[in-house]
Amino acid sequence: MTQPSLDPRVNRLHLRDSGEPVEVQEGENWNSFEVFHQEKRGAHHEHVGCVHAPNAQLALVFAKEQFARRKKCVNLWVVRSADILAFNAEDEDMFANNAEKTYRDASGFKVMEKINQFKKSTNDKK
Amino acid sequence: MTKNDALARLLTSMADDALIQGHRNSEWTGLGPIMEEDIAFSSMAQDKIGHAWALYRILQEDLGGQDPDTFAFLRNEKDYRSCHFVELPNGEYDFSLMRHFLFDHAETIRYQQLRNSSFAPLRPLAEKLKGEIKYHTLHANAWITQLCRAGEESYARMQTALNICFPLALGIFEPDNEAGEILTAEGIYPGEAILKEQWLDRVYNLCAAAGLNLPAEDAVTPVYGGRKGYHTEYLQPLLEEMGAVFRMDPQATW
Repeated sequence: MTQPSLDPRVNRLHLRDSGEPVEVQEGENWNSFEVFHQEKRGAHHEHVGCVHAPNAQLALVFAKEQFARRKKCVNLWVVRSADILAFNAEDEDMFANNAEKTYRDASGFKVMEKINQFKKSTNDKK
Repeated sequence: MTKNDALARLLTSMADDALIQGHRNSEWTGLGPIMEEDIAFSSMAQDKIGHAWALYRILQEDLGGQDPDTFAFLRNEKDYRSCHFVELPNGEYDFSLMRHFLFDHAETIRYQQLRNSSFAPLRPLAEKLKGEIKYHTLHANAWITQLCRAGEESYARMQTALNICFPLALGIFEPDNEAGEILTAEGIYPGEAILKEQWLDRVYNLCAAAGLNLPAEDAVTPVYGGRKGYHTEYLQPLLEEMGAVFRMDPQATW
């Protein structure tokens, strides 16, 4: 006999001692949704975590209290986790040599010189 | 009855409703159906207590009332003006959700009207609470819609919850003729009867969209009494529990 948990959510799972697999009933298995948080209008939405919900509307409702009840927030996005396409972990080698390709860094351009020149010229005009 | 007496009655009713509803909803903390919902429902319960506090503050600062904590926790049961609807135990989640849905749409209507109140302290408060209550109703609508589409048993439970809640919810708008006439004449708010009509319109449309039948108002007996100090047997035990810590040392600073 399993000791009943004090948490009704655990009891509802009908877990058994013997480790038999739990049968998942229709509608029990909710989707997870990734949550993106926007701190101010025009700013990027940044990924902050995920929620479980039966549909996108409730995911948005849950996300508001999970991720936007303390800090500043003006909007949220939710997207079904299953709709995100990602590379496999073993494909990480595609990015392995990035660190060597310094010729792709923007630091090679001598922009500051031009900016300083421009600032100087406008200051002179004043 | 003076204008201030009438105002105090209105604000006490509103605040007591919010306090008791907030306390009841907070009883779900740790027991909600899923973690995300547990957090959302608890968070909204805190909002309700905050609304009560803000109203008790107005009573104290503008109408010569007592300190909000003392007033909230140390009154006798008969001096509370909450409606029976908010006093009832939570029961199952269908009842709690339906109560939250009907109650918060009533709040929406009430605070919408109070944004134009002739009583100045209510205007900024009504403006401030607008967004919070909007979220509460968004949450309630999303759940009601979802559960009405989630199969036969789920739909039947929502309809049953609505049938049980509806006469109780009419108690939110229990008439108080003596105070009501003064408040309407003074332009504080348009009165309970008008709020109720607007609420019925709003709730009818939302129920229809979810496939629920809102009972006819004249087919039920509204559950009144709370605004006159007659309460259900459930209020006294709630007050004892809610005030237990406060009563240990009413002078303590927190």
